[in-house]
Amino acid sequence: MMGSLVLASVINSVVLFKLLEIAVILALLIPIAAMLVWVERRMIGIWQDRLGPNRVGPGGILQSLADLLKILGKDEFTPSFADRFIFILAPIIAAVTVLMSFVVIPFSDSIGVSDLNIGVLFFLAMTSLAVYGVVLAGWASKNKYALLGSMRAAAQTISYEVFMGLSVMGVVLISGSFNLREIVIAQQNGWFINSQFIGFVVFLIAGIAESHRLPFDLPEAETELTAGFHTEYSGLKFALFFLGEYLGVTLISAMSVTLFFGGYLAPGFLPDSIANFIPPLVWFIGKVMVLIMFFILLRTSLPRPRFDQLLAFGWKVMLPLALFNLLLTAVLRLTGVISGTGDLHG
Amino acid sequence: MTVEVPFYFAAVIAIFASLRVVTGSNAIHSLLYLVVSLLAVAVCFYFLGAPFAAGLEVIVYAGAILVLFVFAAMMFDLQGDVDPVNFRQQGKSNWLSIWFGPCLLATLLLVELIYIITSSDNGQKFASNLVDAKAVGILLYGPYLLAVEIASFLLLAGLVGGYHFAKDDAPGDHL
Repeated sequence: MMGSLVLASVINSVVLFKLLEIAVILALLIPIAAMLVWVERRMIGIWQDRLGPNRVGPGGILQSLADLLKILGKDEFTPSFADRFIFILAPIIAAVTVLMSFVVIPFSDSIGVSDLNIGVLFFLAMTSLAVYGVVLAGWASKNKYALLGSMRAAAQTISYEVFMGLSVMGVVLISGSFNLREIVIAQQNGWFINSQFIGFVVFLIAGIAESHRLPFDLPEAETELTAGFHTEYSGLKFALFFLGEYLGVTLISAMSVTLFFGGYLAPGFLPDSIANFIPPLVWFIGKVMVLIMFFILLRTSLPRPRFDQLLAFGWKVMLPLALFNLLLTAVLRLTGVISGTGDLHG
Repeated sequence: MTVEVPFYFAAVIAIFASLRVVTGSNAIHSLLYLVVSLLAVAVCFYFLGAPFAAGLEVIVYAGAILVLFVFAAMMFDLQGDVDPVNFRQQGKSNWLSIWFGPCLLATLLLVELIYIITSSDNGQKFASNLVDAKAVGILLYGPYLLAVEIASFLLLAGLVGGYHFAKDDAPGDHL
């Protein structure tokens, strides 16, 4: 009786609509992440003056589907020396934490799962929890390469998390809110990239490091560590790690767009007739695609640093830069050079 | 639904997980219970009307400090796990009881998180007195300024100590 009452109060039309929205976003995000694998391979091919995968379907567009079918057909292998339960749990953590972060992203003026008033913090919290997937995977594998990989991942993620959080605070200072939708709305008179360029650069570099992408893919550096933390993984579990990585790229691009490039808003220099003709969701997806392309271009063009160089670069260059940006923004904001939302009337 | 039900739900999870932290014999498993406990405390903070504190709890404690703890415990192998094959023999019989607990508790917390997310649009009902980031900042740099300064001295001492330990005494090549 009590239980059914509680259940009835939880499930109503609003909640059902939310659940439907979540399901639709999930059903779109995962194929997009899978398609990114093909996009990446094709673009790298073009930039390196070769063709890339172009055999499956028109232009090779079905390559991801073929890859998926192949990976589903693989043997679900768990090493006998591995800690079974945590071995299976780790890739799930890696994928779920990234997916959870998409909860707070405003995809358009009406689409978006949640307007949490601590949106930015929620995103940072989920990225910081994502490291457990990698660390536990390396430990449960009971493999020295995997352990070395997860050791690197832990050090790298904890270091770059600091700068990522600090770089976002400039945006929070100007917009006066942790709510991502309010941050987007605060950019109606000009994107934050104008005043927060240093913050954007630090955020982007930290984002690459957080999603273990080249040039910062030291946790899985194949020339040194076979495959790093996922050395022992195959089949569906490996696919989950892969999904997590490409979702991570999408997430960092989407967050950069939301924080620095006006989210779903049209560029200010366009006349209203054109800007209103294209729906906000299209603007958002377009901007995210441009940033993802930039990520792929970075991957093709930059070499991988040594691990101590990576950490030294973080603490000696990125941290001072992020602090300087925060200090400068605060001073300019207090003196009124940069105008922001609210609370200057005090 | 009132805020009391999810609050006490999270509180029970936190108490149970904390008890498992101090009663368990395995360092890593205790640490995982500690992670779950901190996440549950964060949910408690949220339902008490302090979303900022909840976010920081997850970012700083569960996301950074506990990762370092887990990292250290794994690296120094506090299990005394000399032979990797041991794991299988021990794991065959009781992996369920070892990993199932934290996992179940974390799943319950996930359910609460989904509840928060799905109902956040009418979410201000959770607390009458919402303590946001601005209120925390005003309190920290107002009445509690002395405490903040003392904490910063403590951190400085830690920093100097860390530098002292990491500095290599003898010149020569490392690595």
